[in-house]
Amino acid sequence: MTSATLLSLPIILCLGAAAAGQLIPSRAWPRRWLALMTMMAVTVVGAMLLVTVRRDGVQAAQMGGWAAPFGITLVADLLSALLVLVSGVMGLTVVSYSAATLPASREAGAYYPLVLVLVGGVCGAFLTGDLFNLFVWIEVMLGASFVLLALEARQEQLEASIKYMSLSLMGSVVLLCAVGLLYGVAGTLNLADLSVVIPDSDQPRLLTAVSMFFLVAFALKAGAFPLFFWLPASYHTPPAAVTTLFSALLTKVGVYALARIFTLVFTRDTQLTSTLLLVIGGLTMVTGVLGAVAQYDMRRLLSFHIISQIGYLIAALGLLTRGALTALIAFLLHYIFAKSALFLVSGATARVTRTYDLHQMGNLYRTQPLLAALFFVPALSLAGVPPFSGFFAKLAVIQAALRAENWAIAGTAVVVGLLTLFSMMKIWREAFWKAPPENQPQEPSRPLSLGDGVLGPCMAMTTFMVVLGVGAEPLMELADAAAGQLLDPGEYVQAVMGGRP
Amino acid sequence: MEMFLSITVGVLFAAGLYCLMLHSVVRLALGLVLLGSATNLLLFTVNGLQRGFAPLVPEGEQALSAPFADPVPQAFILTAIVINFGLLALLLVLVHRAAQETGTDDTRALRTELKDSEQ
Repeated sequence: MTSATLLSLPIILCLGAAAAGQLIPSRAWPRRWLALMTMMAVTVVGAMLLVTVRRDGVQAAQMGGWAAPFGITLVADLLSALLVLVSGVMGLTVVSYSAATLPASREAGAYYPLVLVLVGGVCGAFLTGDLFNLFVWIEVMLGASFVLLALEARQEQLEASIKYMSLSLMGSVVLLCAVGLLYGVAGTLNLADLSVVIPDSDQPRLLTAVSMFFLVAFALKAGAFPLFFWLPASYHTPPAAVTTLFSALLTKVGVYALARIFTLVFTRDTQLTSTLLLVIGGLTMVTGVLGAVAQYDMRRLLSFHIISQIGYLIAALGLLTRGALTALIAFLLHYIFAKSALFLVSGATARVTRTYDLHQMGNLYRTQPLLAALFFVPALSLAGVPPFSGFFAKLAVIQAALRAENWAIAGTAVVVGLLTLFSMMKIWREAFWKAPPENQPQEPSRPLSLGDGVLGPCMAMTTFMVVLGVGAEPLMELADAAAGQLLDPGEYVQAVMGGRP
Repeated sequence: MEMFLSITVGVLFAAGLYCLMLHSVVRLALGLVLLGSATNLLLFTVNGLQRGFAPLVPEGEQALSAPFADPVPQAFILTAIVINFGLLALLLVLVHRAAQETGTDDTRALRTELKDSEQ
């Protein structure tokens, strides 16, 4: 397959299937199968893209035959390809989980087309080669997420989506201002072209100011300190499948965009941006985990953990060494799987206990042994206990911080890891270990089996985590190669701009 | 002209942000409309205003010659308007539905649920 097909297929498949999904009869099963097939295809294309990029280097394609920097460029380096593959896998997981948990009436509606649009938007954001299209894809993804959040139209969901939507729109305004100002200063928005133009620009201060606009916009999308408050206010309201999809993909686009622009475009004044990113990262870690410790609603607790883990990623980006970027990529992968596994399990426990409130749970360890195991592995992995993937990812971040002699970040990372373990143990103690609350009529619940389809996706995520943990070495090698590409944009620029400088 | 547009952008941003700070969901939506318009005007102004120079390559030449209106920002703004319009329509539907459910358009009413769970 040519690189143009390979690069555009994930987007075309998702958006095409979303459109087709609206045309086919409004019944549960055809839409479910269409979504499953599409996600499988996206996963396969993502894998092929990753293999191609690993073998032949950065792939770029000019849409419509207009040469960069004038046309629309799609480009994939190892990081993009890896993230497209992960988006496909997560889409597949969430669709199969939705098929098992959602009522048929919901499946028959616009749910699957929206999921497809969201994944398509995310893939577009990962693959695009210029900043304006990044804005467009982020809006596509956000548009789908707004509707997914409010789809059931329960009161708390409406409230959550108004908050989430107005803050996202604010972020979009800032991002659009940043894009416009950057175009005014640099005269181009193609990422590769920018990385050539900006070092020679005669307006470095203006560019630093513009980079701060981007920092604010993407930090808001990523849920970084102090712009994270929309996240715990909204993520606990939709069904578990939707929360899983959001937590796996939405904030990651923000982190990806930050990583992209601060390694490729704004590389001139790294002292300032690094310091800022380190401070933001450290504070994000701490506030996130402290917020989590105070919560007794399982999904709200997990939402705060999204924030604290984002902090690790941003701090790793702030260190800006090859080791740190390797850690960032490994951590990103681990964290998408671990967090999704936890959200999926929270949905399964809610199915058994009919609540997300930890006070009203208990005794699941005895009644649902398999579920308990499926919670235990990702919880330990998230906290960074060996031999699961989280250990290596977290170790890599801490090592990178130590190598950069940034003791504050290293110390914060260790302490936050311990607090994460503590809050995971809180869920374990409350939901799985303690005796069930007395006032609750204890109906004998049948243990969930794989036949229900609820545990399958959880199992898949847990397996990934064990595989990533045990086979950490190839993953680290891949992450290291991707980090190398991020730090040395020569190949990226060459692939996009062709022979021209 | 630049001066006039810059002032307009400033006024629109100020008005939009003021609307966001009032405790009303409808004004929140209005504020976002104003902010969106302010951003579009900002894009338009920053990227240089040119009057009467269409970006057309003259016959017999290969490239555009110096004074021409850059079509790219206008393409950005058009795209941004479409996106903004769609999302605002969605927001208005949400606001309407939320007002039906809660019987109020006060943003402070949206926070009750958070307080309940904190207790």
